[in-house]
Amino acid sequence: MSGIEALADHKRRRIEELIARTADAGGVSLVRDAGRRLLRNPTAIVGGTIIVLFLIVAIFAPLVAPHDPVQRFPELIKDLTVDTIPGATAGHPLGSDPLGRDFASRMIFGARQTLFVGVLATLIGLLLGVLLGAVAGAVGGWIDVLIMRFTDVMLALPSLLLAITLVALASRSTQWTVIIAVAVVNVPIFARLLRGSMLAQRGSDHVLAARALGVKPRNIVLRHMLPNSLTAVIVQATLTFAVAILDAAALSFLGLGDPDINRAEWGLMLGVDGVRYFEVRPELAYFPALAIIVVALGFTLLGEAIREALDPKNRR
Amino acid sequence: MPLLDVRDLSVVFQRKGAEPVRAADGVSFTVEPGQTVGLVGESGCGKSVTSLAIMGLLPRRGNRVTGEVLFDDTDLLTLRPSDLRDRRGRDIGMIFQDPLSSLNPVIPLGVQVAEVLERHRGRSRQAALREARGLLDAVGIPDPARRLKEFPHQLSGGMRQRALIAIALACKPRLLIADEPTTALDVTIQAQILTLLKELVDDSGTALVMITHDLGVVAGLCDTVNVMYAGKVVERAGRHQLFGEPRHPYTEGLLQSVPRLDVDRGGRLHQIRGSVTDNIPWSAGCAFAPRCDRVIDDCIGDTVPLEPTFRGGALRCTNPVPTEVPA
Repeated sequence: MSGIEALADHKRRRIEELIARTADAGGVSLVRDAGRRLLRNPTAIVGGTIIVLFLIVAIFAPLVAPHDPVQRFPELIKDLTVDTIPGATAGHPLGSDPLGRDFASRMIFGARQTLFVGVLATLIGLLLGVLLGAVAGAVGGWIDVLIMRFTDVMLALPSLLLAITLVALASRSTQWTVIIAVAVVNVPIFARLLRGSMLAQRGSDHVLAARALGVKPRNIVLRHMLPNSLTAVIVQATLTFAVAILDAAALSFLGLGDPDINRAEWGLMLGVDGVRYFEVRPELAYFPALAIIVVALGFTLLGEAIREALDPKNRR
Repeated sequence: MPLLDVRDLSVVFQRKGAEPVRAADGVSFTVEPGQTVGLVGESGCGKSVTSLAIMGLLPRRGNRVTGEVLFDDTDLLTLRPSDLRDRRGRDIGMIFQDPLSSLNPVIPLGVQVAEVLERHRGRSRQAALREARGLLDAVGIPDPARRLKEFPHQLSGGMRQRALIAIALACKPRLLIADEPTTALDVTIQAQILTLLKELVDDSGTALVMITHDLGVVAGLCDTVNVMYAGKVVERAGRHQLFGEPRHPYTEGLLQSVPRLDVDRGGRLHQIRGSVTDNIPWSAGCAFAPRCDRVIDDCIGDTVPLEPTFRGGALRCTNPVPTEVPA
């Protein structure tokens, strides 16, 4: 008998208890660690709350909204004159718009449209950008030069101007032209970002080590370079949501979006009724504008917080 | 027949608007099957460049590699890239200096060990992972089943280097090139890793090229040692020979620069004058001449040739350190 075997029972139990308590509980993965830091960050909580509320409203719009957003209530605009657009009445908490449609319902369904456009535009932009950036960073040479000069040209133009040009190129504007235009505007940003981190990865030790093991070039790019380069792009994507929402709203505001007047879209509501009736019913402008600002703010706050949480400098 | 026969290997880095740099300059050495050969020298002498050139891992642009690298009588330098990739990791393994940055940070350890087995042995992911467990066990990683699922940052430095060794030896290569495998580790771990390496190469009959600046590593491990200076081998000798009777003044200087416990503490540590950048080109004589204590007129003039010594080594010096036994 020697060591802790020789100790009295309760002493030995105490030692085992202490060992168990300090035992390596397994490392903490990057994602879990980042998640924990996000939950402690007030910025993330504010941004996250806004986005969650926005998502709930968007997803459950038919349940939340008191009415169908395109249904017209003739009794509300029976004796309509310019300065008598109905305000709040029973059953219509925000009143109606000049066509007699329930304004609150239109705001709620607008969240759906905004989410749809924002997510799709960001995803398409992300996909194309990652593709271009990965090719440029992995292949290098003249292909890299070609892609990067192309992105330079696109970045030289103001993004909204570029989006307007793209929409104008389409013969007939639908919501898809808006989505594509906003997506394309964001492609060079993603491409550039990814190419930069791919280049850094190309010179890294673990890529050299993988090459020393005879790993095929395709697998080196897909398994070793790309996954290590994506962090910056993912963060950029959350920030791009905000920009995409703003850009899409701006295009609708300028009358370049889907001309369908039944579509509830915040930018369109702001641009048509909000501007036209601003002096008599400023709420028609205030609410859509406020909604756009708050949602964009939510995504920006969350994006910033994610960036901070994923930053290895903040790891302990 | 030697397993690896490096003949007159030169690596020249081209630079825009400047003289090209001869990072490795006519390096020749051989490795017999199962032998451990050291490549020693200070930073910038061309050790790592030589090893990367052997593996064909230097960037394609901006440099010129000449000479021959015969592995099993095949010249690796003229091999098609895809054939060379088939050999890397299967016939020749490599271990790098920094174990953390040499592992992919976003992939669990097990997958990284499995990758090489999938690549060269055609194993399925499942089979490879099972095999990986045994490999980690063999390099002394405790609880390998759990470690397989962990990420590199969750392992300690020593464990990471053990994992790298497991990966490098997964396909039982006949040659292992270790580029300063212990530099990033603390001293106690260094000893463990070296012991492990020695055991593994002895057991499997793998030949080992040990690249290091640490003479202690050489003393413990190598059969033959090549001392490099400014891109050239300046002295080659058996281990006991080299430590017992260094002939090149540079080798002697290196040995004297190692701190010792058994000499008086008041004395200054020996150092070699100047730095590795204070060279003259080899074409104008001996590159080490400006820093050498034994420099004579003959050191300046023509390239000093590497000449065989009567003890089976080789020496590149016009005024070598005299030996006890007259040559």
